[in-house]
Amino acid sequence: MIKGNFIDNLPKVYGIYTGGFLAFIIIMSIAEQMGMTAKTIGICFVAFTVAIYAIIGYLSRTAQADAYYVAGRQVPTVFNGMATAADWMSGASFVAMAGGIYFKGYGYMALLVGWTGGYVLVASLLAPYLRKFGCYTVPDFIGTRYGGNLSRFMAVVVLTVASFTYVTAQINATGTIASVALDIPFQYAVYVGLVSILLCSMLGGMRGVTWTQVAQYIVLIIAYLLPVFWISNKMGAGFFPHFMLADEVSRIAELEAQFGFVKNSAENLKEVPKGLAGITKAHSAVNATPWAFISLALAMMMGTASLPHVMMRYFTTPSVKAARKSVGWSLFFIFLLYSSAPMLATLSKLSLIDPTLPTGIIGKSISEVQAIDWYQNWNQANLMFVSDFNGNGTLELNEFFMGGKAVVLATPEIAGLPYVISGLVAAGGMAAAMSTADGLILAIANAISHDVYYKIIDPKAETAKRLVVARVLLVVIGFAGATIAALEIQGILGSVIWAFDFAMSGLFFPLVLGVWWKRANKEGAIAGMFLGLVSGAAYLVWVRTGGSGFLGITQLTFGIFGSAVSLVAMVVVSLMTSAPNAATQKMVDEVRIPSGKSILGKQH
Amino acid sequence: MSKQEQHWEKSRGLLFMTLAIWFVFSIGIFLFGAEMNEVTGPFGYPLTYWFTCQGSLGAFVILIFWFANRQEKIDEEFGFSERGDD
Repeated sequence: MIKGNFIDNLPKVYGIYTGGFLAFIIIMSIAEQMGMTAKTIGICFVAFTVAIYAIIGYLSRTAQADAYYVAGRQVPTVFNGMATAADWMSGASFVAMAGGIYFKGYGYMALLVGWTGGYVLVASLLAPYLRKFGCYTVPDFIGTRYGGNLSRFMAVVVLTVASFTYVTAQINATGTIASVALDIPFQYAVYVGLVSILLCSMLGGMRGVTWTQVAQYIVLIIAYLLPVFWISNKMGAGFFPHFMLADEVSRIAELEAQFGFVKNSAENLKEVPKGLAGITKAHSAVNATPWAFISLALAMMMGTASLPHVMMRYFTTPSVKAARKSVGWSLFFIFLLYSSAPMLATLSKLSLIDPTLPTGIIGKSISEVQAIDWYQNWNQANLMFVSDFNGNGTLELNEFFMGGKAVVLATPEIAGLPYVISGLVAAGGMAAAMSTADGLILAIANAISHDVYYKIIDPKAETAKRLVVARVLLVVIGFAGATIAALEIQGILGSVIWAFDFAMSGLFFPLVLGVWWKRANKEGAIAGMFLGLVSGAAYLVWVRTGGSGFLGITQLTFGIFGSAVSLVAMVVVSLMTSAPNAATQKMVDEVRIPSGKSILGKQH
Repeated sequence: MSKQEQHWEKSRGLLFMTLAIWFVFSIGIFLFGAEMNEVTGPFGYPLTYWFTCQGSLGAFVILIFWFANRQEKIDEEFGFSERGDD
């Protein structure tokens, strides 16, 4: 069936794969009709998809450095776009984003704008130039552009801090999903998730991760879009929800006005299980100040352009031209999911609060709601809660509480979709969390193995030895991440946002000025990375320990402070010290044009 | 001015234009979020709400492809484009 070069056959390979996955969904729904239990369906979905990724990971095994680090630089534009989208969209995007929009409305949607707008910065300021540079990792660029082991090492430190903050959240998410789908305790499920993640990346490095990420994107986008379209059609809200939910949005505003946002007393709120929230903010009205919205969006945009696991995806394209286009495709594939999240939030909210809909629970008697099957299921899972605060026997808007994850996980069941869809959603969430975790663990392990071990400690190491070190590090970092994830310190979304702030504090200006300002030198870059990271982290600690903060910069946007310090430090120190030498200046000139040889050789 | 300097000047011009458009859709609009939300936008959604759901996101996708094409043209004009691959 498949002849010739793998790369030439990509559309065919992934076409067959997509068809196979759809066939699997149909087989599962037939099995459900024939009486397969919900639990078995959940296990089948997760086990089947993870097995496929493991096979792809095995087939992509390699012993070559450029295949391991940059997938041999032959990933076509569109496929790299899909892989980047999977790399980018984490468990948080998949499971928690619609919930965030549902509860917080406009103020939260700054994340949607920030996590897409950042790609404009990636495409115009960085990706094509770093591709021309020919580096394997982001610190590889910093180390070569500015020179010296210290600048290289500082970049590795910033990369590790940001990516490690991020990766624990992802391993946590794979653990949550594996524990629900496979029905095992979370502490063990975390390690099941980790083994699945390592299966994709260990043998093939970047090559393995690339081809599994494409497969994971296909699963996650089907798992997100199918329920949204299905629910919208089933509710009669519209055949194509994105263009047809205006009536539903205005109906929610109408209901909000009718019910009003009653504030619960602190005493009443004590009854509510931890992590659940009520609807307290308007759905479509502007409920945040311009600066609150813009500062969060800006922090996420600059963070996007500094996160190494995204940037390194553009090292795998065949050319500079392809790197640019590939950023566009990445954002297109991300757009498909992000533009659907607000639609899902709208459908979910309306179906629950509209008393005229059969699924609506507001206005029903409390005992009636407590008797509903799905309410009991999700109440047991600690994701839903009702209580009759005012004692009138009827459920009011302020008496209904839900967990953020429930918007994605429970809405299909509430809308009366078959269980097979819930199994599919679990597989999608698993794919989203695994693909991001893989990208992050690989980014850290590659930076340490290539930049610290090979470039600083043992420059004469053979390829075989380098790749052994890279793989050992992969496993060690994975286990460290899983161990911290098992402690369940922070929520998923909080630590994701911190990762963006750490990355932008330390890396945004050293990267951008490395291309756009010839005068930037080693001393400036080191000062920028060091002071940026330290001041950002200090601000976070200060605000977390009761500090008041200034200029409206919160613990979610501390990167704005960190990167401002980084910029000032970098410019001042660069100007106080001598200009980079002629060879470096020439190197920057070379980076700025797409043609000609890359700065670093094919194998380095 | 050498060919390379001219190329870079044009590339920088394109960058500023791209960043200006980016600024409008990522920041400019949201300075007037409350006022603009009173207006009915595309498909009947409140305007600012529509931008956060779809408008700005879609604009970024189009902007990147537009930028990539313009930059390719500039590279070709000065003979700096790569050959033989895509």
